[in-house]
Parts: sequence; structure tokens; C-alpha cells
Amino acid sequence: MINWANFISQLFNGLVLGALLALISSGLTIIYGTLGVLNLAHGAMFMLGGYAGWLAYTYTGSFIVAVIAGSLFGMIIGVAMERLIIRYFYARPHEDQLLVTFGLGIVFVETARFFFGSLSKTVPPPSTFQGITNLGFMIYPTYRLALLGIVVVALLVLYFVLYRTRIGMIVRAGIEDSSMVDALGIDVYKVFMLVFGIGAMAAGFAGIVNAPVVSISPDVGEAILVQTFVVVVIGGVGSFPGAVLGGLIAGEIISITSMVNPGYSYVMLFVAMTLVLVLRPFGLLGAAGRE
Amino acid sequence: MVRKRPHLVEALTAVSLIAAPFVLPHLGFSPTTINRILVWGLFGIGFDILFGFTGLLSFGQSAFYGTGGFVAAYLLTQAGFPHVVTALFIGMIAAAAVGYLVGLIALRRTGIYFAMITVAIAEVFYFVEFNPLSNFTGGENGLPGVPTPTLNLGFTVIHFNTDLSLYVFLAFWYFVGIVIALRIVRSPVGAVLSAIRDNPLRAAAVGHNIHAYKLTAFVIAAAYAGFAGGLLGVLQAFMPPDAFTFDTSGQLVMQTAIGGTGTLFGPLVGAAVWLYLSDFFQTTLNLGATWKLVLGVVFVLLVCFLRRGIVGGLADLWQYASGRGARREAAEADRNAMESAPIDHEDTPVVQFTPSPRRPAAGTDDAILQAHGLTKRYGGVVANDGIDFTVRRGELRGIIGPNGAGKSTFFKMLTCEVHPTAGSIKFEGRDITGFDVTRVCQLGLTKSYQVNQLFTRLTVRENVTIAALAEKRGPFRLDLLRFVGSVPGLDERVNQTLALVHLSGRADLPVSELAYGEKRRLEIGLALATAPSLLLLDEPLAGMSPRERLETVQLLKSIGRGRTMIVIDHDMDAIFELAEKITVLREGSVLVEGTPEEIKANAAVQEAYLGGVHEP
Repeated sequence: MINWANFISQLFNGLVLGALLALISSGLTIIYGTLGVLNLAHGAMFMLGGYAGWLAYTYTGSFIVAVIAGSLFGMIIGVAMERLIIRYFYARPHEDQLLVTFGLGIVFVETARFFFGSLSKTVPPPSTFQGITNLGFMIYPTYRLALLGIVVVALLVLYFVLYRTRIGMIVRAGIEDSSMVDALGIDVYKVFMLVFGIGAMAAGFAGIVNAPVVSISPDVGEAILVQTFVVVVIGGVGSFPGAVLGGLIAGEIISITSMVNPGYSYVMLFVAMTLVLVLRPFGLLGAAGRE
Repeated sequence: MVRKRPHLVEALTAVSLIAAPFVLPHLGFSPTTINRILVWGLFGIGFDILFGFTGLLSFGQSAFYGTGGFVAAYLLTQAGFPHVVTALFIGMIAAAAVGYLVGLIALRRTGIYFAMITVAIAEVFYFVEFNPLSNFTGGENGLPGVPTPTLNLGFTVIHFNTDLSLYVFLAFWYFVGIVIALRIVRSPVGAVLSAIRDNPLRAAAVGHNIHAYKLTAFVIAAAYAGFAGGLLGVLQAFMPPDAFTFDTSGQLVMQTAIGGTGTLFGPLVGAAVWLYLSDFFQTTLNLGATWKLVLGVVFVLLVCFLRRGIVGGLADLWQYASGRGARREAAEADRNAMESAPIDHEDTPVVQFTPSPRRPAAGTDDAILQAHGLTKRYGGVVANDGIDFTVRRGELRGIIGPNGAGKSTFFKMLTCEVHPTAGSIKFEGRDITGFDVTRVCQLGLTKSYQVNQLFTRLTVRENVTIAALAEKRGPFRLDLLRFVGSVPGLDERVNQTLALVHLSGRADLPVSELAYGEKRRLEIGLALATAPSLLLLDEPLAGMSPRERLETVQLLKSIGRGRTMIVIDHDMDAIFELAEKITVLREGSVLVEGTPEEIKANAAVQEAYLGGVHEP
């Protein structure tokens, strides 16, 4: 007794969520790949992007300004965090890096709670994308369709920057071997700052474009962070294509399981992660030794 | 210090636990806060064994805290189970069992992967508690009505139902927990765990099954968490669902880091600071929800500036104050004196280690090692191509070859660090192709590394002890409650090894304080302590000063008496002096094999080293 219309719309929901997770995970994974730092405050960046966007929206009423504000704020926080704290941790053990980014994540979340309270904030979709669209085979909220488009475009931009520009080439070289990049006369610390900025911007951007779908609260980043980890483990750490593939897989698993019983969506996600760990310990598109 | 006064720490703990309920209220701690500190402290002991001692940072301990707590609470409130302490133990066993299963998955990876996987797994437990199992766990309501324990003494029954009596109950279990944990960290298992934290690669290479030990630490941490979770239910008369949240894991991590990792008492101190400040901020300063922001900032600052936490900082201060600095300078002067005095190798004892009876008897055939057609390809690159190689028992073989000749790859294949693309290796008459490093070392074949692979945070003696333990105890053993010193024959082996590599006078220094040449000798000592019947030395002279080279050649000569060794080095003079027979590798193949004289006179060898003058 499958309700096909429902099933297809859930598939679409999975696609939207998957694309979003892919974008956030790409940010996390390029930061890790290049700098060797797993940013446990990445979920908080997502949340901060949402709040910055919401603030901009309440003052200007423009969704586009909100998106720009959210992305820029994410980037600024990322760069500031890298310059002021993270760079002193490159030479310290991974565990210290995890502890400090975890602590920063809490500081960000509690700061947001301090200023905005625990009640959630909503940003309505821009007027062009309000209402629903009849696709012929199903009726679907217009903004979600738009969101899919927006996120795909963002992923393409990220792809273009990483794979078709000089800066992107340096970043990818840094993921392979950052000390070699340094030895080639490129100021690798500037690259690190840039990568942290781009990664945080991806999270901030995702935070605001997702705001019309899921309202913003201080804790919204935590669940996203956990899902992002699963995406990265499935896709392979440090791999941009892996993040995209992992994101889509995770999005579909969550959506399709939710159709049957939302309580099991994390269980299924976990089963998928375990399967990958058993069969391909370095992730679907990951490379051995990148740890 | 521990050796001289073995029960000092336990005694101090007992005194502090007895004094705490009388002292702490005067400092502003409420009775319930004191009790909660004990629960967090106990929870943290296991976590500290996992993180502080083994180096595995888990953000998923809430899964076991919750499991233990809910199993105990379910038994006591829903299943009509009468006995509180038994229920706590059943909860603990359940948590340990769950920890075993989770560990099997999470420990497939290390470092940040491990951290991410534990987060994800803990989140699953949270959702399972809320949804699929809500009939058992009460979902978001938790399980109210957890009874307080009683103790039937026959003539009277003690009820632990007031804050103070509950304190006695909790303090008792905390004390039991800390005593067991102190035994564990002083046991051979504890020594291996800290070796894994410092250098997992070498811990495996000297013959420890590090995966099994990591799993052990994980299960221990889960057991402590499970028991503490049960106590939480007893303490609050209610098992709250937020025991399962990511916040719980996070708070544990932060409290442990604040208190100090690797100290066992850090989590208790951290919990005291954390809970005291949160009470203080909320009730005295009326900060409301902002308390967590302030604590977050405090935590970040601590991680930045006081990386060993409060207990670690105090320990450093104590050592500084008690004049360790002066002793260190004395040691420094001593070392300088030693460096200028040449080592008298006539004094070097000729020591033959007797391997433990577990090791299969040495083969009787003349060849101890035989490799046939050994080939290694990396993609299109052929590092080694069809090498045939035989070493006789008691031989001292040298391997030379220009850079890129494939020497290191060849050694890595012999010690099973990398597996050959084709060919086979026979050691003591047994085919070891495809074995792993740990197993091969247990059979009596090991290597000293080209780049030092030491346990850098441990002392020289502890380093050698860890290597010797692998041979004395085998790849894995759960002697959790035995003292390291009581392993039979261990002290003798360690002292003999130290004497052999001339480090007896340095035994109690941390490795980080050794001179480079001494570290190189310790590197060889680690391999020696496993009592290998075949010892491989990968560039033992690398990076040494000319005088250190001369000394080390003498040292290798004395070690070589009665042992079978293969030495790779770039120092031709050294190899010519040491080896009875030399194998020359070039471009991944054996160029020639012969006595030093034959090799010196060989035209092909000269050509290989002077460059391809005659090559097209």
C-alpha cells in the first residue's frame, strides 16, 4: 500500500535535504581536507548564517539581502575564528582541535540564545517562490523546488571555484599535501584562512536558504552537524564529490524512512554508515591514508 | 613515587571523600550538587581511561550512560526488580555489552573519524530511546519512581534516602571505581593503553594487538558510564531522557578537559567546577541561561591556555615547586658528561634473551629467513622486482643500495608492514606472507625504524617495558588488576635491554629529554626487548654525528653477538665493518651478493654508486 504521490514527494524532499547536506558537508570536508581540522562548530555556522540572514531580512525585507548577509556573516566568523584561534591549533593534537571547536560551537549557540532567545525565527520565502507548483505528476511547494535549484547552483559554483580556478587548484593541492604547497612558495596560511572562510560561508549560506523550510533556533545546527558527519563518513573525508554523493544518500535515507516512521530515520542513517565502514572503511569516494 | 607509596593516592581519596560533606557546604556547594559531582566523576573515570590514557576522544558516551541508567531504572520501576545494587550492575553489564558492539564499529577508524562516528551513534541511541523504545523508557517523560537503595545488615536496615546517606552510597561506589581504575592504569594493560595513545603504530609493531586493547578501553569506559547512569536515576529518583543527549556527552568531555585528562581525578574536579559555577551563575548572579555561554568561554580559554586542565596544571606546579627543575638540570649536566665520555663496549654484556615458551620453537633448518620472488608494485611503479633472499641463522647481513633501490620497501615487506604484490616470505620455516606486523613480531621478527618511533610521553624504562610486555604476555591479555612490575621476568628483561643499549643511567628520564643519539639507541632497544630471533635495523646510523656512528657500530657489533640481524645503511664503511655478507639492491632487484671484500671489488657495484657511466 504505497501512496505513490506521497512517495515521489518524499523522494523530492530527500533530494532537497540531500543537496543541502551536500553543500554543508562540502564546507566541512574541504576545511578538514586542507587544514586537518574537523570543525565541530560547523553546525553553529549554519545556525549563525540563519540568524544573520533573519536579522537582515527583518530590517530590509529583502530575501536576497538576507542570503548575502547570511553567507557573508558565516564567512566573517569563519575567517575570524581561523585567524584568532584555530591557527594556533594546527601544531596541536587533533583532540585539542576537536575540543576547541566544540567549545566555540557552544559559545556561538549560547550567544545566539542570549541575543535572540530560544524561540524559533522564520523567514518567509521570497514572493516569487511562494505557494505551490503543479508539476503534473505531483504538487510541490514552490520554494522547495527553488531551494533545490539554489543549492545546486551553489554546489556548481563551489565546484567551479575548486576545479576551474587557480585558487581552487591550490586548495585541492592543499588537500592532497599542504606542506608541499607551502614548499612551493605559496603562503599556505593564507590559503587556510581562505578555505576556512569558504567552508564557513557554505554553511552560513545553507543556514539562510533553508530558513523558509525549517525555522531558525539556536539548536538547529546540532542535528545538522550530526547528519553532516554521517555524510562525510559515507562519502569519504576530504572528498568534495564524496560529500555530494554522501549528502544525496543521507537525504534520501532520512526522507524515505520518515515516510514509514520518522523515529527510525537516524537508525537507518546509522545502518548505512556502518555498512560503508565495514565494506569501504575510507568512504565511498575517499582515499586511504587521508586521516 | 607510586612505587614507594603504593596506596597513598587511594588513602588520600578516601580521606577527601570522608571530609567532603563536612567541608564543601561551607564553600557554597549544595548537598545535591555534591552528589551529582560524584556521579559525573564516576562517569568520567571511564571516559578518562578512554581519552586521557588511550587517546580516543569519544563524543558519544551518553549512549552508555543512558543505556545503563535506563536498564537499571526499567528493572526497578517497571519490572518490579527489588534490589537496587544488582539492578545497577545489570545496567552496567548492558552498557558494557552495548559498548562492545559500538566499539567494533567505531574503532574501525581512529582520530576525527572515531569522534564523528561516536557522535552519530550516540544520536541514534537518543532517537531510539524517544521513539521505538518509548514503551520501555517512557520516551520524553523518562522513568520516574526509581527507588533508593537499602542495606540489610540483619539486625537493622539502612535506608539511603537522605542527601547525606545517598552521599555515603555514592562515595562508596566512587571509591570502588577509582581504586579499580588506579589498578587498571598501573596494570600491563594500562601501560599498553598509554603506548597506544603515544604511538599506535609502534605499539602494534612491538607485538600488541592494539585493536583488542582499544576495544577493552572502550568497554571499560562504557561500563563506568553505565554504572554512573544507574546512579543518576537513583540520585534523582527519576531517570531523565536527557541522559542520552549530545549535551551529556559534551558536558562530560568539557568537564574532563577542564579538570585535566589522564589524571583519573580530572573529571571529578571538572564536574565540581562546572556544577559549582553553573549554580553560582544561575542562583547568585541570576544570569539565567547565560551561564552556559560563560562556561563555554571559560572552556575555550582553558583549552587554549591550560591544556592539561586544573589537575594537570597543579601537578606541573607541584613538580616545579618540589625542585624537579633542579633535578632536570642535574640530569642535563650528567648527560653532557656522559656524551663526552666514550662508551666502553668491552663492558657491554653479552645477553641472550630467552623467548617465552609461548613462541613456537625455532626452526632447525639453517635458513632463518627465505624470500622468493618478492615483488611490490605501486600502480605502475615497481619498487621491488622478484627478489630472492636468504639469511642464515646467526648471520649479520648488510643491505646497501643507492637511494630508490627499494631497500625500505623490501624491509617493510619482510616485517609485513606492506604486503607483497607477488612472492612469498618464510620465517623459521613458516610462511608468513600476508601476516600482520603484530603477529610477525610475536613470532620473533621485528625491526628498528629509520625514523624514531618511540612512546614520546613515557620514560625510557616505560618504553622498553612496553616492548618487553608484548613478548612476555603475548598480543593480548586482560590482566587488568595485576601490577606491571609483577610480570615474571619483566624487570630482568628491561634492565638487560637498557644495559645492552647503554641507557641504564637514563632509565627514568622522559624520552623527550634524551639526546638524539640516545633516542636512536632506545629505538634499537625497543626492537631488542621483544627478544627477536631476527632483528632488522633500518638505517640505524641515520642522522648521527661521526662519533655517534663509531659508537653505534660498536654497539651493533656487541648486540650482534649471538643474534641474527639484517642492517640497512648508507654508511658503507659501517656496513663493511659490521656485515659478514652484503646484499646490494639496485632498482628494486638484487644486483649482487657477497662478502665485504667481494662487494668492494665488484665493478657493477661501483658503477651503481658512481652513476650509470656505461649505461646507454
